[in-house]
Amino acid sequence: MSTYTDKIREIAQRLLKECRVEMVIGFRQGSMPMMNEPCFVRKPEEVDRLVWDSNCGINLANYLTNRKEKIGIVAKGCDSRNIVTHILENKVKREQLVIIGVPCQGMIDKRKIAASIQGEILAVSETGGQIKVKSAGGEKSFNKNEVLQQNCSVCVHRNPVIHDEMVAAPVAEQTDVDQYADVNAIEAMSTEERWEFFEKLLAPCIRCYACRNACPLCYCPTCFVDESKPQWVGKSQDPMDVRTFHFLRAFHCAGRCTDCGACERACPVGINMRLLTKKLNKDCLELYGWQAGLNLDSRPALDVYKANDPEDFIH
Amino acid sequence: MKNLLVTMGIDPDRLHFSWISSAESTKFVKVVNEITAKVKAIGPNQRFVKKEAKVA
Repeated sequence: MSTYTDKIREIAQRLLKECRVEMVIGFRQGSMPMMNEPCFVRKPEEVDRLVWDSNCGINLANYLTNRKEKIGIVAKGCDSRNIVTHILENKVKREQLVIIGVPCQGMIDKRKIAASIQGEILAVSETGGQIKVKSAGGEKSFNKNEVLQQNCSVCVHRNPVIHDEMVAAPVAEQTDVDQYADVNAIEAMSTEERWEFFEKLLAPCIRCYACRNACPLCYCPTCFVDESKPQWVGKSQDPMDVRTFHFLRAFHCAGRCTDCGACERACPVGINMRLLTKKLNKDCLELYGWQAGLNLDSRPALDVYKANDPEDFIH
Repeated sequence: MKNLLVTMGIDPDRLHFSWISSAESTKFVKVVNEITAKVKAIGPNQRFVKKEAKVA
């Protein structure tokens, strides 16, 4: 991983020195372990702030919206797909970007680690496939594959789909994963069970909208939840308002979501709201053969009409 | 949209989509009759209903 960091710094320095970009967006060490933060580097001498490890789960495409300057951006597989989506939706221009592609081997889920550790986590380091965690209660080692974020463990687009520079050779894509096992499990339930399932899933939601803010797709100047004239959705903690919010938030991401997991990662109470967007991803794949952000040449599923579009739901 | 609502636990019989031209009056009557019959059969909706606002 440190070779990735060195290479990212080297590329960033070169881009800034040659004035090919005005800033480079990447990650820096957070103030707490496993909490890397986005980092905007504008001067070649500042590139040493950039790092790369398995805690770079935030989706950096989020910081490109409506930018006008030339930008170098560090992008793992999912970020690159969101950059493609941003370009297709005219939120940023391809010519503005120098994409520094990072072949990704998954990000670690800090909640999984925190759950099996005693006391506060003081430091986290990784070598090869091993994660070493130092906490107030001693040291513990994890196999990285066992503490991956759920979306990373079933990811089939680890390599950036577009890039101008690459920090390493592409990694092997996973082929033997069942991407939609969790969605299938919900589909197998009865209507009552499904209602109860989401009732429980969404119960801890505090309506902080961190999931929305972390999402690169959510760039509307005024979000529907913030609008008061007209007021689309109740602002209370009532379970129906919470459910309406999550339903609509997910639906706004239909055919655009890349399952980067930024929403779930940002959630302070650990709700897996990805189940909703994932269902839409699965529908898009099954009904339209569409996966978001794979290339710049095809228009999104909800953007095109085809004579054979499924319409059995219309009587 | 129907798929996601159904996934969240809405009864599929409560949600209907139709495309009816203003000239298709008979289709309109037919569709409305079908929908009301289906909804009557499953009874009053208990879900996605906001009970009285909670007072802290």
